[in-house]
Amino acid sequence: MERPLTQHITFPPLEIRQYEAIGGYQAVRKAVRHMQPKDVTALVKESNMKGRGGAGFSTGMKWSFVPMDVPGPKYLVANADEMEPGTFKDRWLLEGNPHQLLEGMIVAAYAIQATEAFVFLRWAYKDAAVAIRKAIAEAYDAGYLGKDILGTGYSLEMHLHTGVGRYMCGEETALLNSLEGKRATPRAKPPFPQVSGLFGKPTIVNNVETLSFIPHIINKGAEWFKSLSRTADGGTKIYGVSGRVRKPGAWELPMGVTMRELIEEYAGGMKEGYGFRGVLPGGASTDFLIDKHMDIQLDFAGVAAAGSRLGTGTMVVLDDQTCPVGFVHNLEHFFAQESCGFCTPCREGLPWTEKLLWAIEQGRGREEDLELLLRHTEWLGPGNTFCALAPGAMEPLQSALKYFRDDFERHIREHRCPYHDPEPAIPASVHLHHTHHL
Amino acid sequence: MTIYIDNKPYEVKPGSNLLEAVLQQGMNLPYFCWHPALGSVGACRQCAVKVFKDEDDKTGRLVMGCMEPVKDNLRLSVEDPGAKAFREQVIGWLMTNHPHDCAVCDEGGSCHLQDMTVMTGHTCRHYRFSKRTYENQDLGPFLNHEMNRCIQCYRCVRFYKDYAGGKDLNVFAAHNHVYFGRCENGTLESEFSGNLAEVCPTGVFTDKTLKSHYTRKWDMTWAPSVCQGCSLGCNTSAGERYGSLRQIANRYNGEVNGYFLCDRGRYGYEFVNSDQRILQPAIRPHSNGTVNKAHIVDQVAQRVKNGRTIGIGSPRASLESNFALKLLVGEDNFFLGVSGSDQDHASLALKILREGPARTPSLQEAGEADAVLILGEDLTNTAPMLALAVRQAVRRKPEADAMGQIHLSDWQDAAVREAVQDKHGPLFIFHTVPTKLDELAEDVRRGAPEHLARLGFAVAKALGADIDPVTHLSAEENALAEKIAASLMAAERPLIIGGYGSGCDHMMKAAANVAWALQQKGHNPMLSLTLPEVNSLGLEMLGGHRLDTAIDVLRQGEADTVIVLENDLYRRADAHLIDEIFLHAQDVILIDHLYNRTAEKATVLLPAGTFAEADGTVVNNEGRAQRFYQVFVPKGDVQESWRWCLQIAEKAQVRSLNGMHNLDDIDWAITTAMPSLAQLQHLAPHADFRINGQRIPREPHRYSGRTAMLANENVSELKPAEDVDTPLSFTMEGYRGEPPSPLIPFFWSPGWNSVQSVNKYQQEIGGHLHGGDPGIRLLEPHLNGGPKYFHEVPDTFVPVPGHVHIMPLYHIFGSEELSMYTHGIAKNAADYCCLYLNPDDIARWNITPGDWVTVEMDHHTCRLVATPNHWMPHGLAGVTAGMPHSPVVDLPVLAKMRVSD
Repeated sequence: MERPLTQHITFPPLEIRQYEAIGGYQAVRKAVRHMQPKDVTALVKESNMKGRGGAGFSTGMKWSFVPMDVPGPKYLVANADEMEPGTFKDRWLLEGNPHQLLEGMIVAAYAIQATEAFVFLRWAYKDAAVAIRKAIAEAYDAGYLGKDILGTGYSLEMHLHTGVGRYMCGEETALLNSLEGKRATPRAKPPFPQVSGLFGKPTIVNNVETLSFIPHIINKGAEWFKSLSRTADGGTKIYGVSGRVRKPGAWELPMGVTMRELIEEYAGGMKEGYGFRGVLPGGASTDFLIDKHMDIQLDFAGVAAAGSRLGTGTMVVLDDQTCPVGFVHNLEHFFAQESCGFCTPCREGLPWTEKLLWAIEQGRGREEDLELLLRHTEWLGPGNTFCALAPGAMEPLQSALKYFRDDFERHIREHRCPYHDPEPAIPASVHLHHTHHL
Repeated sequence: MTIYIDNKPYEVKPGSNLLEAVLQQGMNLPYFCWHPALGSVGACRQCAVKVFKDEDDKTGRLVMGCMEPVKDNLRLSVEDPGAKAFREQVIGWLMTNHPHDCAVCDEGGSCHLQDMTVMTGHTCRHYRFSKRTYENQDLGPFLNHEMNRCIQCYRCVRFYKDYAGGKDLNVFAAHNHVYFGRCENGTLESEFSGNLAEVCPTGVFTDKTLKSHYTRKWDMTWAPSVCQGCSLGCNTSAGERYGSLRQIANRYNGEVNGYFLCDRGRYGYEFVNSDQRILQPAIRPHSNGTVNKAHIVDQVAQRVKNGRTIGIGSPRASLESNFALKLLVGEDNFFLGVSGSDQDHASLALKILREGPARTPSLQEAGEADAVLILGEDLTNTAPMLALAVRQAVRRKPEADAMGQIHLSDWQDAAVREAVQDKHGPLFIFHTVPTKLDELAEDVRRGAPEHLARLGFAVAKALGADIDPVTHLSAEENALAEKIAASLMAAERPLIIGGYGSGCDHMMKAAANVAWALQQKGHNPMLSLTLPEVNSLGLEMLGGHRLDTAIDVLRQGEADTVIVLENDLYRRADAHLIDEIFLHAQDVILIDHLYNRTAEKATVLLPAGTFAEADGTVVNNEGRAQRFYQVFVPKGDVQESWRWCLQIAEKAQVRSLNGMHNLDDIDWAITTAMPSLAQLQHLAPHADFRINGQRIPREPHRYSGRTAMLANENVSELKPAEDVDTPLSFTMEGYRGEPPSPLIPFFWSPGWNSVQSVNKYQQEIGGHLHGGDPGIRLLEPHLNGGPKYFHEVPDTFVPVPGHVHIMPLYHIFGSEELSMYTHGIAKNAADYCCLYLNPDDIARWNITPGDWVTVEMDHHTCRLVATPNHWMPHGLAGVTAGMPHSPVVDLPVLAKMRVSD
C-alpha cells in the first residue's frame, strides 16, 4: 500500500539534503521550470483532490478562482491551525516532514502566482514551529524560496506565523483577519478569499494535508493520485482514532476504507471492558455515527450519506461507560468558549446549550430542556449563523439527541447522571416547571 | 427592479439589500447591527427573512436581509413563520444577558432594543441561568457606560473607529464576554463620541449631560432646532422639561448632518440652563433689580426716537433679530458685531460664493468628494462635521476602485473596508499646525499661512488660472502644486476647502482660485468655505458697517445710544476699543441672554431668548437658510430679540416696522427688502399652516404629568401657551401624522420610539426626508463670464525682528463662546493663556518654556505663557482663539514681545 504522505516522516524530520535525496523538491523544479501556472492548477483539478481541512472542496477548482490578471500581490496560506478536538493529523505532517509542506506550498503559490506565503500555525505546536522555521531557512538557502527561484524569475517569500490559540482561526477568513492583526472574526462570503483575501488581495488558504499532497500529484500525475483511492475521492487520507480503543493513532490509508476496518483493524477495536456507542467521524464538529454505520466507506460522499461529515477524518470514539451528555457538554463548552462573539446565535446560543447540558448532567435538567436543545440545533443551523462554527457545534448535539435520547431523558427523570452520580441532585418534590416572564 | 415581498410585487432600488428594500416600503423588519450610514456586517442576525427560489418553492432559505442583495423577481417573505420564530429567538438570545433594567435605564422609552423586542413578539424568557456581568468605565463628561446592557451589535466601534476615525474605543475579549470600551478609564478622545448615544441601540452609551437632569424622551417638549456651535448649521432636536433644556438629539437632514453631530453641538447647550442667564430686564445704575417691562420698552423707545441710536448686530443672532434691529435703528446705523478679521472673511466668502462659478456643497455632497484640498483649516476644530465628511470622502476613490475589481455593493461594509484596506483617495492639507485629518492625507504642508496660501495659488496656477506667477517656490513645491493639480483634475468631484481657520484671507482666495480654475477646465468643483459662527454668512448677507466704524461714530458724538444684539463685544475687539464704546455712549442697551463682560457694563439689559426660547433663521456656510424653532416658553420677560425690537419699534413709531408682530411679519419684510433673501418665504410653513385644521404638537402623545407637574405652584391647569409665530403647538394635542420636514420636532413612528424611526420619514432609506430636506440654498454659482481671479499672489511671510506675528488656533472645545458654559466642554478645553512659539524662537528670545511673556500690541499689552510648539514657523506664534478671558481677541496681530519681569 502506498503511503506517499507519511512514508518519509521521521523524528526529527529530514533535513533539506536528505529530503532532496529521496526526491524532494523535484515537484518544485518540475512545476516552476516546465509547467505554466495554469497547467499546475489544471493538473490538480484533474486529480480531483478534495481539501483535507474538512469541507472537501476541490482544491484545483479553488485555485482556478484566483484572478490571474489583477496587479499587486497575491497570497498563499497554509492553514496549520489544527485545533479541532480529537484531530492531530496535521501535527504529524508538520513535525515529521515540514519540507513536504513547503514544497507543496511553493508549487501552489506558483500556480496562483502568489508573491508571499504564510504558514499559520497553532501556537501550541511548538515542535512544529521549530521544524518549520528550520525548513524555511533551509529552503531559502537552497534557492527554493526568495527571489528568482531556480533562476526562473518566479519569486516567493515565506513566513511562519504562530497563532495565539483561537479555534476560530481555523476558519479561513478569521485566519486571514488574524493574520492581518485584526480580531479573529470571520468574514462574509462573497467575496471569497480567492478574490479578496489577505489584505484584500487574492488569497488561497489550504490545509496542511492538502498542500503536502501537491508535490506527489505533480510528480506522479492525476491518474496515479486517483488510483490510490478506493472511491471517487482520490488519494490517500490520514485517518485518526482516539477514545477508548486498543491502539489509538493515525494512519495514512486509501481514501474510502470502511469505518469497521479503521476501528477494528487499525485501532484494534474497543479496549477490554468497553463497548462501542458511537463515533464522531471527522472531529468534534461532526455528527455521531453508530454501530449500524460501521461498514460505510470513509470518503466525503460516504460519510455524508450516513448523516455526518468526513471532516478531518480523525474520529473520536464514544464508549459505553462515558456519559454521552457529559461528552457533548464537554464539546459545547469548548465551542461556546471558542465562539468569536461576532454573531448573536453563536455567541449567546452556544453558552445556553452548554448550560442546559450541564444542568442535565448535574441532575437539574427539565423536560422542556430537550426541546430547547433540539430547537437550538435547528436555530444554529447553516446560514442562520455567520460562519460554520455554531452549525458544526450543533452536529454532535443533534445526533446525540437522536441516538442517545434515552440517556438524556434518564438524566432528567432521575435527576442525576446515571454514569457518575448514585444520588439525585435535587429532591423530586421540587417543582421546576415554571418559566421566567419578562 | 421588482421583488416580491410576501407575494406582493414592489419596485426597489437596484443595488440595495433586502433589509433596505423592506424598510423602504414602510414595512417593519427588526435589525441592530445594520445602520444606514454604516452599512451591513451581518453580526446580529436579527433581520432574517425567507427567500424562495420561485413561486413553487415552499421551503425557502433563511437569509439575513442586510447581507442579501436585491435581484429582479426575487421572492422573499417577512411573515414566514420560520423567519418570524428565528427573529424572536434572536431577541431571546440577546435577552439572556440583558439586565432587563428598562425602568431605571436612560434609554427606556427611546430604546431600539425595546422596540425590536416588541416587534418580534418576544415576551417570555426561557433562559433560566445566571447572567454575565461587566464592570463599567468612566468615559468622561459626555457619556455614561453600562456594559451589562450591551447586545454586542458592534455598531459603537464601527462608528467610532471605522467611520469617525477614533482610536481609543475598542472591542475586547471574545465569545459572550465581548466588551466594548477603552483599555482603561478615561475621557473618549473623539470629537464625535456623543453619537455613540444614538448609534448604540440600547443603553450602553447614554448622554451623561441628560442624566444630570434626566427626563424620558416622551416627557420632553421638542422643537426642530439648528446647532449654534459653528457655521455648518447641523440640524438638532432640542428637548425641554420644567423650563430647562435637557437634551440635544440629532435631527436627520439628508443634505446636512445626516445621522451625526459633533460633541460641541450635542453637548454645548447647557448655557440655556446657566445660572448666568439674564432673566429680567434691568436699567442701571438706577435700578439693579427688576423693572417693569412696559416701562423699559418705553424708555428704550424714547432713546430710539431721538435718532441718535446705533445698533450692533451679531452672527450668533438670527436673521430676524438682526434685521429687526437694523430697521429699528435705521439701515445706516447698523453695524456688524464681528471682529475686523471675521468680517473680512465673511465678506470675502460671500463675494466668492456669490460672484464665482464654483458651487458651495452641502455637507452630504462634501462627503461624496473624491479628491480634497484643505487650505489653512483644522476642520476638526473649526467645522467638525465637515472633518467627518472629509473622512468619508477620502474613501470614495479606493472604494470605487475596489468595487470596480470585485463585485461588491457599497453597503457590504466589512468587505469594502477589507478590499480598501488603509488606502485613501487624494487629500492634501495645508495648515500651520498638525490636524487630525493629516493621518489620511496624501501630502501635508506646514508653514506660515501666507506661505501656504502661496502654495495654494501655485496649485491654481498649475491648473491654468489666470493669475500672477508664484515666484520663489522650491522645485519640490512646484512639483507638489503640479501633483495636486493633477489629482484634482483626475477627480470627478473635487472639493476645495478654505475658510477663516488660519486668520488669513489669502487662503480663501487661493481656495477660490483653485476651484475656479477647475471650473474653467470643465470640472464641477465644490468650494466649501468655513466661517466662525452659526449665522456669520446670514449677517453678512444682511449687511452693515464695520464694528470699528461704530466706535468712530460714537467718538465723534454722532450717536449716544447703542443697542447691542446678542453679543459680547469684548470677544469682538480688544478691550480698549470696546471700553471706548462704553465711554462715549450714554446708554448701551444689551439684548442678550447671558451675563458676560458686555452685560456687566451695559446700562440696560433686555433678556433675550436663546435658540431654545426663540424662533429664527440662520444661514450656514453653504448658504443654506435654516429655521430653528422655539422649544418652550421661557419664564419672566425673556423673549426673542426680534420681539424686543418690534415692541420698541412700536413705541418709537418706527415706520419700517409698523404693524409687525410675529415671525412671518419679519420674514415677509426681509424677503421684500432683500431680493437675495427672497427665497426665505419658502423656507418653512407659515404660522397659519395647519394639517386637518391642527397644529403640529411639540410634545409626544405620551407626555405625562401635564396637569400635575406645576401643581405645587398652581392647582388649576393653566391654559397652554399659544404660538403666534409658528404652526407648532406647545402641547401634546395636534396632528399626529408626519409633518413637513422643517417642522419635525422629534422622530417617532408607531413601534419605533428611538431615533431609528427616522427610516419612516425618508424618501429612501438613508436619503432625503419626505418632501425634501429642510433648508433653502440662497447661493448658487455665478456661471456667466469667466471667474474674476484673485490675481495678486500674497507676499511670503517674513518675520519682523523684535516682533511676533500671532495667529489664531482654534479648538473645538474652548473657541466657541456659548458651549463653554457646558461643564464637560470647559473641562476638555485647551489652555487659554498659552502663546505657542517655535522652540528656536523661545531660545532666541532668551526665555524658558513656561515663562510669562508680555505681548505688546498697538494699544494694550497682555501676558501669556511661552509654550513650545515646533510646528510654529520662526517669527510666528499662535494662541487659542476665542477662549473666555483670552487677552488677545482680534487675530491675527503683529505684536512686540518681551520677557515679563
